[in-house]
Amino acid sequence: MKESLITVAYIAASALFILSLGGLSRQETARRGNIYGIVGMLIALVATVFAIKDGNYVMLAGAVIPGLAIGAVLAARVQMTSMPQLVAMLHSFVGLAAVLVGFGTYLGTTKIAADEVTVHLVETFIGVCIGAVTFTGSVIAYAKLQGTISGKPLMIPGRHVINLAMLIATVVLGVLFVMAPETAGLNYLIAATVITFILGLHFVMAIGGADMPVVVSMLNSYSGWAAAAAGFMLSNDLLIVTGALVGSSGAILSYIMCKGMNRSFISVMLGGFGTEGGTVAASSGEPQGEVRSVEAPGASDLLLNAKKIIIVPGYGLAVAQAQHSLAEVCKILKERGVEVKFAIHPVAGRLPGHMNVLLAEANIPYDIVFEMDEINDEFPGTDVAWVIGANDIVNPSALDDPGSPIAGMPVLHVWESRDVIVMKRSMASGYAGVDNPLFYKENTLMLFGDAKKVVDEILTAMRG
Amino acid sequence: MTTIGIPKEIHPGEKRVAATPQTILKLKKLGFDVVVESHAGHGINCIDSEYREAGATVIEDTRELWAASDLIMKVRPPEHNSELGVHEAELLKEGAWLIGFVWPAQNREVLDLLAKRKATVFGMDCVPRISRAQKMDTLSAMANIAGYRAIVEAANNFPRFFTGQITAAGRIDPAKVLVIGAGVAGLSAIGAAKGLGAIVRAFDPRSATKDQVASMGAEFLELDIKEEGEGKGGYAKQMSDDFLKAEMALFAAQAMQVDIIVTTALIPGKPAPKLITQGMVESMKPGSVIVDLAAEQGGNCVLTKPGEITTHKGVTIVGYTDLPSRMASMSSQLYGATIVALLGDLTKGEDIHVDLEDEVVRGAIVLHRGKMMWPPPAPPTPPAPPEPGVPTKSTASVAIKAAPAHGHGEGEGVSPVTMIFVGLVLLGLGLVVPESKLSHFTVFMLAIFVGFQVVWNVKPALHTPLMSVTNAISGIILVGGMLQLSGTTINATTILGAVAVLLASINIAGGFLVTNRMLAMFRK
Repeated sequence: MKESLITVAYIAASALFILSLGGLSRQETARRGNIYGIVGMLIALVATVFAIKDGNYVMLAGAVIPGLAIGAVLAARVQMTSMPQLVAMLHSFVGLAAVLVGFGTYLGTTKIAADEVTVHLVETFIGVCIGAVTFTGSVIAYAKLQGTISGKPLMIPGRHVINLAMLIATVVLGVLFVMAPETAGLNYLIAATVITFILGLHFVMAIGGADMPVVVSMLNSYSGWAAAAAGFMLSNDLLIVTGALVGSSGAILSYIMCKGMNRSFISVMLGGFGTEGGTVAASSGEPQGEVRSVEAPGASDLLLNAKKIIIVPGYGLAVAQAQHSLAEVCKILKERGVEVKFAIHPVAGRLPGHMNVLLAEANIPYDIVFEMDEINDEFPGTDVAWVIGANDIVNPSALDDPGSPIAGMPVLHVWESRDVIVMKRSMASGYAGVDNPLFYKENTLMLFGDAKKVVDEILTAMRG
Repeated sequence: MTTIGIPKEIHPGEKRVAATPQTILKLKKLGFDVVVESHAGHGINCIDSEYREAGATVIEDTRELWAASDLIMKVRPPEHNSELGVHEAELLKEGAWLIGFVWPAQNREVLDLLAKRKATVFGMDCVPRISRAQKMDTLSAMANIAGYRAIVEAANNFPRFFTGQITAAGRIDPAKVLVIGAGVAGLSAIGAAKGLGAIVRAFDPRSATKDQVASMGAEFLELDIKEEGEGKGGYAKQMSDDFLKAEMALFAAQAMQVDIIVTTALIPGKPAPKLITQGMVESMKPGSVIVDLAAEQGGNCVLTKPGEITTHKGVTIVGYTDLPSRMASMSSQLYGATIVALLGDLTKGEDIHVDLEDEVVRGAIVLHRGKMMWPPPAPPTPPAPPEPGVPTKSTASVAIKAAPAHGHGEGEGVSPVTMIFVGLVLLGLGLVVPESKLSHFTVFMLAIFVGFQVVWNVKPALHTPLMSVTNAISGIILVGGMLQLSGTTINATTILGAVAVLLASINIAGGFLVTNRMLAMFRK
C-alpha cells in the first residue's frame, strides 16, 4: 500500500478522534462521539496492518484477537460501581504497553539517521519512563479503589526527598543511556524502568482515597503522554496526535477535579491529604452537640410528606450498590407528587462523573440531576435534603472554619434545607479525616446503616 | 377571655363575611370566643348551624352582638345601618377593637366616630406589604381573586372562544388579551387568560415585573424609553410625561389588535390613571371587552362607570367594583385566613396586645385606644433593582462558566516568565533537534491545543464516559506495537511488540464497549 494512503488514513483517524472527544462533551452527541472513536480506531488499525513491512500477521492476529475478546468480556461484566477500578486498570495496560514498545524499539533493527540518534534515544527513554510511572501508578490506584489495599495515604518519612532522589537518579540514568553506544545502554534503561516503577507506586500510595478522582484523571493524562512519546520514537504522527489529545483531556479533567476541591494540583500530587486532620480538629474544637437519629420508617414519612427533596449521593451509595433501590424510592415519591432532584458534587465518588453514571444506570433521568453550581441556591426552599453516603462534600466547616483541612472547598449547602437526613454507616469521619458539624445541626437526622439496606427499608415502609 | 364578634355585612351587594367556619376553628385554637350574627354567612352559603358546629355562638340581635364583642372582625368599613338607624361605629363597645378594611384616607368621618369610642382599629388594607406579612396580605389575596374574576367576566361578555382551534367548520383564532399592570391582580388575570387559551400580553412600568410576566406565560411589552417605575411598597410610581406619552402610544397600537383589555393600574392615594381613551375604545373591534379593575378609584378607562357594565360602540366595559364579593366563598375564606394570621401576630402566644415595635402591627394599626396612628412612619424603600447592563446573579454565573470556554490562556493570561521559558525551550530544541523531528513537535503542540479546546466544555456528568473513551483511544499505542511485528523471525522486539498489542487491544475493546454501555444508560 502506498505510503501516502496510510498517512491519509491516519489523518482521517486523527480527525475522528477529535470529533469523538468533541461529541463526548454533551449527552445528545455522546453516543455518536463514541462511534466516531471506534471508526477512527478501525481505520488506524487497518492502515497499520498494511503499513507493517513484511508483517508477521499470525503473531498479530494471535495478539489482537484475544486482546479484543478479553476487553469485551471485561466491559460487559464490569459493574457500574466498579467503573473507577476498570478505568484505572485499563490505564495500567497503556502504561505497560508503552514500556514494552519502548524496549522493543530500542532492541529493534530499524535504522535511524545518524543525526537523529540522540533525539531518538531521549524520546525512547522518556516514553519508557512515563509508561512505567503510569503502569505502577494505575495498578496502585486500582488496588486502592478495589479495596485490596487501604485507601489511607502511605506516609513514609522524607518521602518528598525519596521521590526527588528517584527523579534525579532517573535523569542521570537517562544521560548515561543516551551516551551509551548501540544497545549497551539496555541496563541503564532497565534500571530507570525499575526506578520509575517504584516512583509511580510510591507516589500513588501517598495519595488518599478522596483524591482518587484527580489521580485517575491524571493517570489518564499520563497514558496519553506515554502514547505521544511512543509516537515520537516511532516518528508516527497518529500516535503523537492521539496521545496529545488524551494527555490534554486528562489534564483538564484533573484540573476540574482540583477546582472542585478548591485545592492546587501540586498539593494533591504531594499527597498525604487528611493525615493532619487530628491536630486541626483539635485546634478548631470538637463539634459539640447531640446527634439525633431516625429509623427508616420515620425517614420514609418525612420524605413522603415533603414537597421538594434534593438527594445528595456520595461514594457510600456506590459502595452499597443502592442506586436501583433509590430509583424505586424516587419513583414512588414522584408518583406522590414530591419534587425530587439530585445534587452532584464535582468530586462525589471516586471518579469524575461517577455519580452521574450510577444514577443513569438506575434509569434516573438526567434532567433531574444537577451540578453543584446549578442547585446550591435551591436548598433554602427545600423540605428535605437527603444525603446518602456522602460526608466531606456536605461539610459546613469548609465554609465557616478557616482552620479546617477542607476550608475553602466548595460544598453543597444541605443544611439550608428545612430538614436533612444523613445516611451513613457510622459516625466515622470521611476520607478527609475531618469531623462534620452537619451531623450535630438541629435540623439534621442521622440514619445509620448500609445504604442499600436502609434504602430498601425505606422502600418497604413507603410501600406498606 | 376575649370575645370576637362577626357581624353580618350590611353594605349593599356585599356577600363576603370576615370569618368562615374553617377560620373560626383557627380563632378558637388561638384561644378566642367567637360570636356570629345570625345569617352572617348567607352570602357564602354557610348556615348558622355550620358556624355553631365550628364552635361559635350565634346571636340573632345585631346590637347584642356588637355589645358582646371585645373585637369586631369585619370586611367593609363601618357604615350607617339604616335598618337600626345607627352607625356601626357607634355600636362598637367602648375601648373595643375593630379589624377590617378601613381605607383611612377615604373614611375620616368613620374614624372620628371610632375615635370617640376609644377604639383600637386595625386596617387589613394597611398591613405593610413586606415578606414577613405576606400571609396577612389581604390586598394581594383579594387582588388575586379580582384578577381571576376579571377574566371570567371578560369571557362572559366576550362572544367568542378564548382558545384557538382548528375545527372541521373552520379555523378559530385565539383571543388576544392585554393586561395593563402586572401586580397580583394583573398576574392572576394573565394566568386565568392563559388557562383559557388566549394569547396574553402585559405591560407594567416596573421592569422587575418582566420575569414575573414571562413566568406566567405572557409576552411583556416594553417601551423604547427607559424609566424605572418602581415606587414604594410594591406599587408603581407616577411616571414622567415622556414615558406616559410612549405608554399611551403603545396602548393605542395594542387596542387595535387585542380583543380584551384588563386594566389594573393604581397609584396609592390618587385617582386611577386614565390610560384608555375614548378613541382607543372606539378603535377596538366590535365585541371586544374591557375589564377595569381600577373602577372603584375612578377607572383606568375614561368610559368606565363604576359598578356597572356599559357598552360603547360595540365594546363592553365592565366596571364592577365588587369582583371579590362575586366570589364570596373564596374571598371570605382567604380574608378570614389573613385576619387569623394578623391575630396570630397580635397575640404571639399570649393575650392579645399592641406591640408598636412590630413593623407589621405598626403598619396595620389605624387607631390605638382612640388615638390616630395612621399614617405610619414611611417604610424603608425597596433596594434598587440592578441597573440594566450590570449582570444579575444568574448572568454572572453564566459568565463565570463560560470563561474557561475561551481557553485558559485568554482568561488568565500567560505570565511573561512562562512565555520566556517556553521560548528558551523552543530555542534549545531548535538548536539540538534535527528538522525532520521538529515537524512532529508541530503536530504535537497543535494536538494539545485542539485537545484543550475540545474538552473544556465537557459536561461534568460525562466525565466518566469521556475518560473511558480517551482510555480506549490511548489504546492507539497498539499501532506502536504492531509496527514492531515485522519479519518472520521471532526475537525480543516482536515478542515485546506482540505483548504490547495484546494489552492495547484489551484497552481498545474494553474502553469503547464500556463507554457505549454507560452512554446507553443516560436518558432524559
